[in-house]
Amino acid sequence: MIVELGHFLLVLALVASLVQSTLPVAGTLRRNSQLMDLASSGALIVFLLVVMAYSALTWAYASSDFSVINVWENSHSQMPMIYKISGVWGNHEGSMMLWLLILVFFTALVAIFGGNLPKSLKSNVLVVQGWIATAFLLFILVTSNPFTRASAVMGPVPPPAEGRDLNPVLQDFGLAVHPPLLYLGYVGFSVCFSFAIAALIDKRIDAAWARWVRPWALLAWTFLTLGIAMGSYWAYYELGWGGWWFWDPVENASFMPWLIGTALLHSALVMEKREALKIWTILLSILAFSLSLLGTFLVRSGVLTSVHAFASDPSRGVFILVILSIFIGGAFSLFALRAPSLTQGGLFQPVSREGSLVLNNLILVVATGAVLTGTLYPMLLEALTGEKISVGAPFFNLAFGWLMVPLFIVLPFGPLLAWKRGDLAGASRKLATAFVISLALGLVVWIATGNAPMVAAVGLIAGFFLVFGALTDLWIRASFLKVGFATGLKRLAGLPRSAIGTMLAHFGVGITVLGVVIVSTWSTEHILEMKPGEKTDVDGYTVVFDRETRGQGPNYSEEVAHFTVFKGERQVAETNSAKRVYTARQMPTTEAGIMTFGFSQLYVSIGDPTGDGKLVVRIWWKPWILFIWGGAVLMAIGGFVSLSDRRLRVGAPARRAQGTPRPAAGAA
Amino acid sequence: MTRLFAALLALFLAAGTAFAVNPDEVLDDPALEARARNLSAELRCMVCQNQSIDDSNAELAKDLRILVRERLKAGDTDEQVIDYVVSRYGEFVLLKPRFSARTLLLWGMPVMLLVIGATVVVVQLRKRPRAAAVTELTAEEKAKLEAILKQPPASD
Repeated sequence: MIVELGHFLLVLALVASLVQSTLPVAGTLRRNSQLMDLASSGALIVFLLVVMAYSALTWAYASSDFSVINVWENSHSQMPMIYKISGVWGNHEGSMMLWLLILVFFTALVAIFGGNLPKSLKSNVLVVQGWIATAFLLFILVTSNPFTRASAVMGPVPPPAEGRDLNPVLQDFGLAVHPPLLYLGYVGFSVCFSFAIAALIDKRIDAAWARWVRPWALLAWTFLTLGIAMGSYWAYYELGWGGWWFWDPVENASFMPWLIGTALLHSALVMEKREALKIWTILLSILAFSLSLLGTFLVRSGVLTSVHAFASDPSRGVFILVILSIFIGGAFSLFALRAPSLTQGGLFQPVSREGSLVLNNLILVVATGAVLTGTLYPMLLEALTGEKISVGAPFFNLAFGWLMVPLFIVLPFGPLLAWKRGDLAGASRKLATAFVISLALGLVVWIATGNAPMVAAVGLIAGFFLVFGALTDLWIRASFLKVGFATGLKRLAGLPRSAIGTMLAHFGVGITVLGVVIVSTWSTEHILEMKPGEKTDVDGYTVVFDRETRGQGPNYSEEVAHFTVFKGERQVAETNSAKRVYTARQMPTTEAGIMTFGFSQLYVSIGDPTGDGKLVVRIWWKPWILFIWGGAVLMAIGGFVSLSDRRLRVGAPARRAQGTPRPAAGAA
Repeated sequence: MTRLFAALLALFLAAGTAFAVNPDEVLDDPALEARARNLSAELRCMVCQNQSIDDSNAELAKDLRILVRERLKAGDTDEQVIDYVVSRYGEFVLLKPRFSARTLLLWGMPVMLLVIGATVVVVQLRKRPRAAAVTELTAEEKAKLEAILKQPPASD
């Protein structure tokens, strides 16, 4: 009953969404504010309906109602409750429901917190959000209904007694947090997209617009940063061989919106402060969400598995492709129509804060283009000519890696340049100390470790320069030398949150770069056969394989290998690595044993028995690997700190108009 | 997104019994082994989704890893090994496609985008009138400015 109710609520949501996305249009045309207000109430009603429909699906999962095909295919009565609930989005239908839920959640947020927006702009934004929601509601109802009961397809059959279980790899805490975070980012960019479309329709594009959009872009970007980092760490510990980024098309699908989102954050800043780069900012707002849609298409259509798989069952793929074409095509047509009429904003010299942000945008967009080309090229080539080629990690490392070097070198200069007209020589003087320290540190580490490749030295210096460049920015703002330590600290505390956020995020980029370079260059791998009681030396640690035991989980059986780690004579850590077989699917997985020492990790993963009582054991030493994700977390914290800035809060423009102008404190 | 990716990988984990590089495959000569690992990272596991033979546990990947090591032991250079593998399995096996007519756009795109982007930026900057050149202050203005700067700042 509840399942049918869920389906019905989803249909109701479609109706409400249609109202939300049509009637207010008449309202803006006739300047009828009652009709315009329908957009807000419509958005809230759609949100409530989708929340209830989603809850109904969750209830079906939680109560293991296997008469529902989707539940039967992806759940198991013995599974822990957390995986039953997160398992809702561990499959195609459910993940589309989550996508939709987050979309209408953001729409509702605009409806609630958009009180300071001009009425017609708010109404238009909600209308565009309504169009997107309508399209995806149709997609779910027509091609991917999660509420279908087995009896509806196969006639009156008794419901299966047991489910087919969730894919074991997904039975992990990672599934509980990674997709929601990722979607909060991915789908959050829809708000920027809708703002761009609404502004183009309204023909009102000014600094105030950028001020309204930037918090949304920042919010989406921050969640996407966390989502990608979380996904990377999950893959690292779950897949059992210690890789943390694979340039898989599925990863690229989330990374491209992130890159464009990063560019958008920065260009919106220029637009807000200087009214420049208007056309460009609008374009990036459209692009960010277009890439999110493209990612949804890539992941959900089956086109990634093979072009032929897509051709054999194209219903879903074609549907998303149509959605994609309508929204992206429509947005770009509107853009082409309206962009030329936009007036040019504030002027600036090439060497200026604006100029550095233009460079940032250029590099980020080219990098996105390279990733996009690499991701789509094999598919397009095969579809057009039938020829098959592969584009994998070695291509991306080369094409993407080298684009990042100039970006990282230029980055620390940006915040030190003034708006309009910057002083490059002055900024260089300010950064000289940071650069010398970075150069020295990079070279010392590089030389001390011997035969590391040249690339490692370049990467280290770039990473250190980012870190010390960000610190230089703070140092100068505090001017400790001039005003003394106590006053300096007071100055730091008085800095606008957005400036602190910028510093944290840029510092985080440096930390991530250092982590990537150090792990890629100096991680070591030891593949060996071990008997219980044997030990081996790994980078200064002694790893002892103590014993092997059998165990039984709620829905799996496992063989557990127990290891202890010694530094000299002292035991410093112990861990388990296990091979599990999940009962329902008879699928084996490997659980790695991970021990953290400072920022570095020892990663132990067992393989197959060799027959003579030994076990294949793989041990990796991953130096400073936590820097990779730690840096991303710092970026996200920077995002949140920046979001808490008073000036960014909704209503800020209005307050600014009447209140005292604060001294321009610079970056955000 | 990695969720689906992980799920796909799990399918392949189930398919093979071996697990990436096994101890019995490792060559005695560490230099040769290091070259083998580097080459393996550039070669695709043909039956997998975006995995190199170095990461994959599929049987075919194992065969290829052994093949690479055999060629290296026979004294092939890295290029010769790659050429040999390509001659048997086709260009599809390369994770970093070679530069050719087919991959012209792939390799050219980043460069092209960079050139186009840079050109647009330069043209745009030139087209717009330069920000008004800064004119020196007159002596009188300077004096006025200094007087203003010397005043204690109004409380914020």
